[in-house]
Amino acid sequence: MNRRRIKSHSDLEKLRQEILAKRDLQKTRVAICAGTGCLALGAQKVITSFKEELKKQGLENTVEIRETGCPGFCEKGTIVVIYPEGFYYLQVQPGDVPEIVEKTLIEKEPVERLFYTDPITNEKAIYEDEIPFYKNQMRLLIGDNINIDPKKIEDYIAPGGYSALAKVLSEMSPEEVIEEVKSANLRGRGGGGFPAGRKWGTTRNAPGEPKYVIVNCDEGDPGAFMDRALMEGNPHSVIEGLIIGAYAIGACEGYIYVREEYPLAVENTSIAIEQARDYGLLGRDIMGSGFDFDVKIFRGAGAFVSGESSALMSSLEGKVGAPKPKYIHTSVKGLWNKPTNLNNVETWANVPLIINKGADWFNSIGTEGSKGTKIFSLVGKVNNTGLVEVPMGITLREIIYNIGGGIPSNKKFKAVQTGGPSGGCIPESFIDTPVDFDELTKLGSMMGSGGMIVMDEDTCMVDVAKYFTDFLVDESCGKCVPCREGLERMSEILTDICEGVGKEGDIELLEELSVVMKDTSMCALGRTAPNPVLTTIQYFRDEYDAHIEEKKCPAHVCKALIEYYIDGEKCTGCLACLKACPEGAISGEKEVVHTLNTEKCSKCGICYDTCKFDAVIIR
Amino acid sequence: MDEDKIDEIIGCHGTDKSELITILQDVQAEYNWLPPDALRHIAKRLHVPLIEVFGIATFYKSFSLKPRGKHLVRVCLGTACHVRGGPRILETAERILDIKADETTADYEFTVESVNCLGCCALGPVMVVDNEYYGNLPPVKVERILRKYGHTSSSSSTSIKEEKS
Ligand SMILES: Cc1cc2nc3c(=O)[nH]c(=O)nc-3n(C[C@H](O)[C@H](O)[C@H](O)COP(=O)(O)O)c2cc1C
Ligand code: SF4
Ligand code: SF4
Ligand code: SF4
Ligand code: FES
Ligand code: FES
Repeated sequence: MNRRRIKSHSDLEKLRQEILAKRDLQKTRVAICAGTGCLALGAQKVITSFKEELKKQGLENTVEIRETGCPGFCEKGTIVVIYPEGFYYLQVQPGDVPEIVEKTLIEKEPVERLFYTDPITNEKAIYEDEIPFYKNQMRLLIGDNINIDPKKIEDYIAPGGYSALAKVLSEMSPEEVIEEVKSANLRGRGGGGFPAGRKWGTTRNAPGEPKYVIVNCDEGDPGAFMDRALMEGNPHSVIEGLIIGAYAIGACEGYIYVREEYPLAVENTSIAIEQARDYGLLGRDIMGSGFDFDVKIFRGAGAFVSGESSALMSSLEGKVGAPKPKYIHTSVKGLWNKPTNLNNVETWANVPLIINKGADWFNSIGTEGSKGTKIFSLVGKVNNTGLVEVPMGITLREIIYNIGGGIPSNKKFKAVQTGGPSGGCIPESFIDTPVDFDELTKLGSMMGSGGMIVMDEDTCMVDVAKYFTDFLVDESCGKCVPCREGLERMSEILTDICEGVGKEGDIELLEELSVVMKDTSMCALGRTAPNPVLTTIQYFRDEYDAHIEEKKCPAHVCKALIEYYIDGEKCTGCLACLKACPEGAISGEKEVVHTLNTEKCSKCGICYDTCKFDAVIIR
Repeated sequence: MDEDKIDEIIGCHGTDKSELITILQDVQAEYNWLPPDALRHIAKRLHVPLIEVFGIATFYKSFSLKPRGKHLVRVCLGTACHVRGGPRILETAERILDIKADETTADYEFTVESVNCLGCCALGPVMVVDNEYYGNLPPVKVERILRKYGHTSSSSSTSIKEEKS
């Protein structure tokens, strides 16, 4: 594609009109999600099938196939949406493609069985806005993903992309931009919630040249993928925000730090940068304004702690990514000791919206202290898993039940974990808490970057505390004693409790360690590390007691405290478990009740999964 | 190790110290691991003390100082996958291949690793073999998937284990 440099605001508008003129809105378009989630479910085969089928039917010129980023409902992938009708097909398999082509593309009839079906009323939802998962969201940042091929900048420009940048460069001074972001009360989405405008101002006013701006796409919170979906599905929205920030701050160089587990995000962002350069949106004299700025991608090498600001900058310098003491903030002395502004992917993506629609509009969404929307990764034991974007202040219940559709298999809700390894587990009694930066902190958790992991009655809360502690033992950089040693000791105590050798006083010891770690660790990793332990003790102390006093794991998770056996009443003697058991621990004959030798059993759970008669029981 | 190959990689990035991590990533992409000779050569070319190169190679999780198998099996143990049975997927893979996480089969066919999150949390538990993702994975399917990559029950020592019992 021939891309000529855009030299002014009106040039951009002209280009937009040209792109739109070439597009026939009545032309049939098949949007197929090609995000990491759907690709994992076989989206590539669906795309290939569509291409082949269209060719077979001679439709390759009348129907457009658009490979898009993640619209959020990954659980129901591969997602295929047919425009202009807007038919929203879920769980599309390659085998469904001929029928879709035949019925929908040729006969203009829907394929009903691929629509969302309400599990209770059995009603079908035809369009996106009829699906409860989407209906209750406010998708300002990820709503466009299904319309955008992230590998084509024109898809971003067509609905008005880069117009915020054009406005900033042609009409606003850097100070005015900072003022606008300040009055929008945009707070950082990476976890800390620090006011973005204030941070920008500090870096702008700090002495030293050059200044740097950085996108934090390290997304270390295990179980969260908001940043992946934005960076992979709509990279230009982040890049546009970054260029605006660079202009406001006075930076001429930027970095996008992407975790190495996100190869598709790296690929799509690299392409996006190239295309933005072609149009003169990056590089020298951007849009004829005289402002120079360019950006590089850096692949992280797999260290959770390197997502912390000073650590990330060390990593960019080619060093070990461990945090530094912050006598002076990175906004003043950051990358190569120069003033550096780091923001999270989602923070940057909000910037073009604020510039286009104004601070007042942004302030109209959300709560007193937290404005705008937040994307959450709603995962774990919930029916509709995926990415949800909601206005701040919505309650946990609304997210988990109205959007998430509640807990699968009629199980009981137990807790929701927010804030990743720095956060905590919130029990049912607080499920009506509004979600924003301040409310969740009051509960001993935090909103964090947006991980929201739902847990049901089959989740053991001591095991969850141990899980996060072990995660942090591995990820602590080891620089300071309270974090390095404290986490190790915590892990030992929790392991004892899970293995049935916990003793009286262990809980108090955990609490004591927590206080020291919170008060004396150098970086936020160590300071927040006790949160998962403290919240589970606070809200689920009975489970700790059961492990310690009765040597029982009420959720049947901790292996040392459970036993498998076969219920003679229910066993039909079908031999299935016997054949499946890898340890040869089950004996029996056809149509005779089987027996399970607990001595040989490794508690792998395969028999439990295999038995169709619920005859294998855990006690 | 082929010194020219390493020089070629260094040539793409230059010898500035800040390129160290990127160079190691590309070397690992080439060899599947970081051979010690390669590290020595890189240290020399970038004028960085060897200890610093090793420091980086051991600090970041994605680097391996041991040769890895032809197929890399990564099982996600991120929070979302953990609560949906990720650990059982790992145990199953370990049992089938008769190795522990971070180990490689004797024939260098398979390496098993655990990872913290692959970004498709909605589909947990997730396993990735080479670059193919398998989501919503029940433990019973693991063996069939590994067979696709050439695992046969005789190629590992599962059979030996059966003899023992
Ligand atoms: C251990 C640790 C890990 C972190 N990981 C991330 C991360 O993966 N992504 C992120 O955006 N911020 C992360 N942060 C927060 C960053 O230090 C920083 O506050 C943030 O990127 C600033 O951007 P924001 O103000 O837009 O949120 C982490 C902090 C700590 C202490
Ligand atoms: S608190 Fe932990 S991660 Fe942070 S500097 Fe200290 S040891 Fe390193
Ligand atoms: S739990 Fe595993 S080892 Fe134990 S009896 Fe069942 S299948 Fe065999
Ligand atoms: S699978 Fe279930 S029903 Fe069949 S033999 Fe085993 S315990 Fe009995
Ligand atoms: S990756 Fe397709 S919906 Fe998320
Ligand atoms: S937690 Fe497993 S993919 Fe994110």
